[in-house]
Amino acid sequence: MTLSEPGSMIHAADLRKSFGGFEAVRGIDVDVRPGEAFGFLGPNGAGKSSTMRMVAAVSPVSGGTLRILGMDPATDGPAIRARIGVCPQEDTLDTELTVWENLFVYGRYFGLPKAEVREKVEELLEFVQLTDKAKAMVDDLSGGMKRRLTIARSLVNSPELLLLDEPTTGLDPQARHVVWDRLFRLKQQGVTLVLTTHYMDEAEQLTDRLVVMDKGLIVAEGSPLALIAEHSTREVAELRFPVAAEGGTHEPLAESVADLAERVEVLPDRLLLYTHDGEETMAKVHERGLEPIATLVRRSTLEDVFLRLTGRTLVD
Amino acid sequence: MATEPIGRPSPGTAPRSTLDGALRLLDYWTTAYRRTWKGSAVSSFVVPLLYVLAMGVLLGGFVEADPATLEGATSYLAFVVPGMVAAQSMTTVFGEVTYPVMGMVKWHKTYYAMTAGPLAVPHVVLAHLGFVAFRVAVTAAVFLAVVTPFGVHESWWGVLLAFPAQVLIGLAFAAPIYAFSAGLKDESAFALVFRLGMIPLFLFSGAFFPVANLDQPLETLAVLTPLWHGVDLTRMLTLGTLEAGPALVHVAYLGGLVVLGWWWALRRLERRMVV
Repeated sequence: MTLSEPGSMIHAADLRKSFGGFEAVRGIDVDVRPGEAFGFLGPNGAGKSSTMRMVAAVSPVSGGTLRILGMDPATDGPAIRARIGVCPQEDTLDTELTVWENLFVYGRYFGLPKAEVREKVEELLEFVQLTDKAKAMVDDLSGGMKRRLTIARSLVNSPELLLLDEPTTGLDPQARHVVWDRLFRLKQQGVTLVLTTHYMDEAEQLTDRLVVMDKGLIVAEGSPLALIAEHSTREVAELRFPVAAEGGTHEPLAESVADLAERVEVLPDRLLLYTHDGEETMAKVHERGLEPIATLVRRSTLEDVFLRLTGRTLVD
Repeated sequence: MATEPIGRPSPGTAPRSTLDGALRLLDYWTTAYRRTWKGSAVSSFVVPLLYVLAMGVLLGGFVEADPATLEGATSYLAFVVPGMVAAQSMTTVFGEVTYPVMGMVKWHKTYYAMTAGPLAVPHVVLAHLGFVAFRVAVTAAVFLAVVTPFGVHESWWGVLLAFPAQVLIGLAFAAPIYAFSAGLKDESAFALVFRLGMIPLFLFSGAFFPVANLDQPLETLAVLTPLWHGVDLTRMLTLGTLEAGPALVHVAYLGGLVVLGWWWALRRLERRMVV
């Protein structure tokens, strides 16, 4: 009997990872289906990267079951790694080699014939829009170009499953959109994407389904829209106040508007009023004579889901 | 709308053996070497020449010794050349498996990229040591060729055997020092490795004077060092004074270091990278 769902790209049951006495991943269940874009959302230290390293078959599992492409990483690590693509959080490009050379030597690690790798390198350079940089040294590339090169490198073996650890962390907004666009195209080609992120907009943009991780556990699972519908309201009215004095909070302010919203979150510089109609709530706030220094009515996001589930913000 | 997949699918495969995996890294090493070989080529030709001139010809000009006191060498030059060849095989290795190894595991994370695909630690170690063996082979070949016009080689077959002996000497140092470097968290220890390891070995392992000149227990200590085994092996070959028994002891000693170092290197690097 196999524990894996048939056709599951990744199957994890009660998956755990410990480092000495510290348990980074404390028993998670995940199944990633072929062709989907799956996300691990959570703040730094949630256990996302530890999970990804186990899924990439480079970090031994401490407990539970893990199958990648139906194989056990403990016994079939090389065979798994031969068929997946990995885009690590830290760039591991070789700065002493050119863009082209980085891709070529990496392709050779997979046992692919030289001619085939050469052909592939040209296609990949085209795909990540780096053809005119083929002869450039990696050191001379911008952060966004390096990240695109790392993505190209992870595709050299035409992987069925692509793992991306924080694919756009540290990139400027324009570079992020270029990366997202490339990842969309891969998804359209049927590549299964698994990514970690602590950006809720990235999770919303890229994933079909995601799990929210906190302190080594999965605290919610679903599509971005379903998670928002389940754990938040349609809209949020944000009231910005001067940062609360040392030792003080905006709790008294929150109490004065508590009846205007389904729920009120108190942050050091803001109140978040969760409501179905943000404008209407905002009007009532003003009627009560509150004078926030700024206001904003917006749609709920995964950030609100995370705040609701953990009481903390994603990026701190 | 589905777009065309990128190129024709070419999935990777797991390596069939440690050697197969290491050979997949050949293109990395040749590509990297093409960027650096010019600097090392000049020094590997010029440095031996300078040493031979300074130590062998000029300093050696003051040494008037009976061949019996020079382990059978007819001149100090003929005595010191095999010592310097063996010592250079060692010093080349110290340069190749200290900072570069730390760079690939800690600073540039090159090893992490190499093992993200189907390759694993044994392939990476074998390929790196293979490259070091190649570097030692090149510098030894150049050195042995450069000194040929000085008439220090007693026989052509001795020189031909002295060449693979250099690769063995190189690997006998490379594997254990590689292992040390692979697990090292901080590079400051390398300064000690060079000052307290390499330099005393270089000076006192019989490359420049017969170890019999040392008082006891220093002579015994010198004879226990790996470099002395390398120097004596090389000297027997270039002077044509080969004796099977001692030569086999040298080869076994140096070969044992290669095996122990290999085992230790895999252990240290796996413990560091596979967490």
